[in-house]
Amino acid sequence: MMKKLMAHRLFWPLVTLLLMLAVNASFNPGFWQLRWRDGHLYGSVIDILNRAAPLAIVSLGMTLVIATRGIDISVGAVVAISAAVAAWMIGGQLVMQDGVQVYASRFPMGLALACALGVALLAGLWNGLLVAGVGIQPIIATLILMVAGRGIAQLVTEGQIITVYYPPFFFIGGGFLFGLPFSLFIVGALWLALQQALSRTALGLFIQAIGVNPAAARMAGVRQRLITVCVYGFCGLAAGVAGLLLSSNVKSADGNNAGLLMELDAILAVTLGGTLLTGGRFSLAGSVIGALVIQTLTSTIYSIGVPPEVNLVVKAAVVFVVMLLQSPEFRRQAHALVFRAAPGAAA
Amino acid sequence: MDAAGTPVLELSGLSKRFAGVQALRDVALSLRAGEVHALMGQNGAGKSTLIKVLTGVYTADAGEMRLVGESIRPASPLEAQAIGLSTVYQEVNLCLNLSVAENIFAGRFPRHGLAGAWRIDWKKVHADAQALLARLNLQIDVTRLLGSYPVAVQQMVAIARALHGKSRVLILDEPTSSLDGDEVARLFALLRQLRSEGLAILFVTHFLDEVYEISDRITVLRNGERVGEYLTSELNAPALIAAMIGREFHASTATATADTVAREPLLQAHGLARRGAVEPLDIELRAGEVLGLAGLLGSGRTELARLLFGMDKADAGELRLRGQPLKLPNPTQAVRHGLAMCPEDRKAEGIVADLSLRENIALALQARLGVWRCISPQKQQALAERFIQQLGIKASDADMPIGQLSGGNQQKALLARWLATEPALLILDEPTRGIDVAAKQDIMDQIRALAREGLSVLFISSELDEVARLSDRVLVMRERRKAGELPGGSSEAAICALIAGAAA
Repeated sequence: MMKKLMAHRLFWPLVTLLLMLAVNASFNPGFWQLRWRDGHLYGSVIDILNRAAPLAIVSLGMTLVIATRGIDISVGAVVAISAAVAAWMIGGQLVMQDGVQVYASRFPMGLALACALGVALLAGLWNGLLVAGVGIQPIIATLILMVAGRGIAQLVTEGQIITVYYPPFFFIGGGFLFGLPFSLFIVGALWLALQQALSRTALGLFIQAIGVNPAAARMAGVRQRLITVCVYGFCGLAAGVAGLLLSSNVKSADGNNAGLLMELDAILAVTLGGTLLTGGRFSLAGSVIGALVIQTLTSTIYSIGVPPEVNLVVKAAVVFVVMLLQSPEFRRQAHALVFRAAPGAAA
Repeated sequence: MDAAGTPVLELSGLSKRFAGVQALRDVALSLRAGEVHALMGQNGAGKSTLIKVLTGVYTADAGEMRLVGESIRPASPLEAQAIGLSTVYQEVNLCLNLSVAENIFAGRFPRHGLAGAWRIDWKKVHADAQALLARLNLQIDVTRLLGSYPVAVQQMVAIARALHGKSRVLILDEPTSSLDGDEVARLFALLRQLRSEGLAILFVTHFLDEVYEISDRITVLRNGERVGEYLTSELNAPALIAAMIGREFHASTATATADTVAREPLLQAHGLARRGAVEPLDIELRAGEVLGLAGLLGSGRTELARLLFGMDKADAGELRLRGQPLKLPNPTQAVRHGLAMCPEDRKAEGIVADLSLRENIALALQARLGVWRCISPQKQQALAERFIQQLGIKASDADMPIGQLSGGNQQKALLARWLATEPALLILDEPTRGIDVAAKQDIMDQIRALAREGLSVLFISSELDEVARLSDRVLVMRERRKAGELPGGSSEAAICALIAGAAA
């Protein structure tokens, strides 16, 4: 029974998450407390979930890309582009309407959101075309947009931080629905939709086949190129959604810093979730757990008061230990070491 | 120059074993100065192993190697090169992004200063490279990138790099496999020149014509053992093939038991060609018959199959399916039109190792149905179970990763994958390679049964007895061309004669 449980692919990612939460709770006695105030649920756990939402969404897209043996290091830049486009198109200024002061957006909010997501989708498709159409190595192909994308974002924001003054926009990343942060519903909906798309259509099988053996998948008649382009397109779209959440949450868009290094966190989340960088078998749930692990770690570092100048070092050290813990090879060696050492110690 | 009779390099009793496989057993070989010696054998005969032992990549378990009378035992390719065994491998392994001169001298640049401690002497590099190539009758700009020259020139640069003052033996592993006719002629002119200078040349090839054009002597290997050494002038092509395959052929003429029923043509190709792979040829595949495709490795059989399945694009020619023009830009189109293909390299292009047997069997049918019409796991399971039973696939259950099955069962699973799509044409490229006898028999029985049910089968195999036994017609390829067609019931000897062709 225990063996079967331990063999489950989500076992170690979940153990890691629980361990993180336990550490956090031991430093912070009020960690598990939830308070109900003004019809909203508050608490550290809710806070972590809310803050992990953008990363979780980006990780979902990244999971599919990695499953096809690819990688997309441009997602951070796409987050910035999407945030910049949305913020610029909404803007918001104070106008007098029927003697009442209201904030008006530059373009209708629906149009602004659609444009931001559309641009993000285009960015993803561009990556996909470079990888599958032109045949550039994924890391190089997406490096182009990683660098250029930040430039595009800064062009949109004209090098400034655009502040948004349009309250309806704040709901996406900061609002509450049924007492829970709205962003959680977005993550849930996206995750569910993706899960359905992968299991109700043959997409899941095709993506895995491409990741394990692209030549064999092509030989079997799988439309490998088209699917690869679509997967990168989705990854871009996911980054766009994350960009909306982030900019809405901080009520501004910073072309220079929005989503900075998010690609690395996303890759880390996917890896922590048990999906191999070599492609093939993947786990969406694992990647979401991975994103939660990273956010929990970040929160822990802040809440236990690690000085800011060393917090990256602490983060790196913890990630290193977590990676070792999740490596079957390391666990086997550690196991052998312990059990070989034991008789010697008794003697 | 050494007298023609004394061997420069003499190998005796060489044996090499890999995990349970005897790759070489008591092999002898002697190379004489001023001769081109062809090393022949089928795939897996031990040619590559022998060359790797010679050049120090592997160490022999037993046996002796003598170079000009002295016992040698090279421990690395570098050492083999230093004592005078120069090798040029099949794939030109030079750097296309470096200049010709850099390629020739990489790793041993002449330098300024004491003990070469100072910078590279580029003047000398270029002058020496120029001189070295001039010796091989090659006048080219050595400062240009190697990649800007044709493959034949690259090959000669590789030879120039391999040769040096003390070279006694030049080993060429399939040097002509990526050259066209004129380039081969140019290479051979160079080999003749080197031969006249007293070099001993060991030449590995699959092309019989080349053996008869250039070689003086032939050593044949089969299953890791030496079959014999022959003078080229005394061994005709059928005898050479018989030695390679290990069967004596009686010169009985083909006794055609051709089926007189005119079957409907399914897939026709006219003038189908791809540069460097297949010269223009016509082929017709008919419903309900097995067309055998025979030929040596490199004769263009696999390349033809890839063209027929849309894996590679044809440069010229047209395809017709049931009389309608057919375009095959990719395998997806081929699958949609009811074509199916089990590739030669099962691991690289066939199985999706980490996925389950069930998913592997369903993959092509799913690809044919498209992404929206998903086969549910239950239906996949039913499909897999049906074929596991029908083809006798031995697996604990359908969820087992296919990579864990034996070669024969993997091959059966690939057959199942294509049968599930209910194809009109099934292309099988070496379906019986590397699998055990029982599985081989199962697969051959299955092919016959399928043809009876109206499937058209293109059966490619190096095993002539299989081709002869299974086929309704046999198409023979030689040197990327169609050498001829034989009716069903033709003997192995007849096929063999056609493979040997003009060289006979």
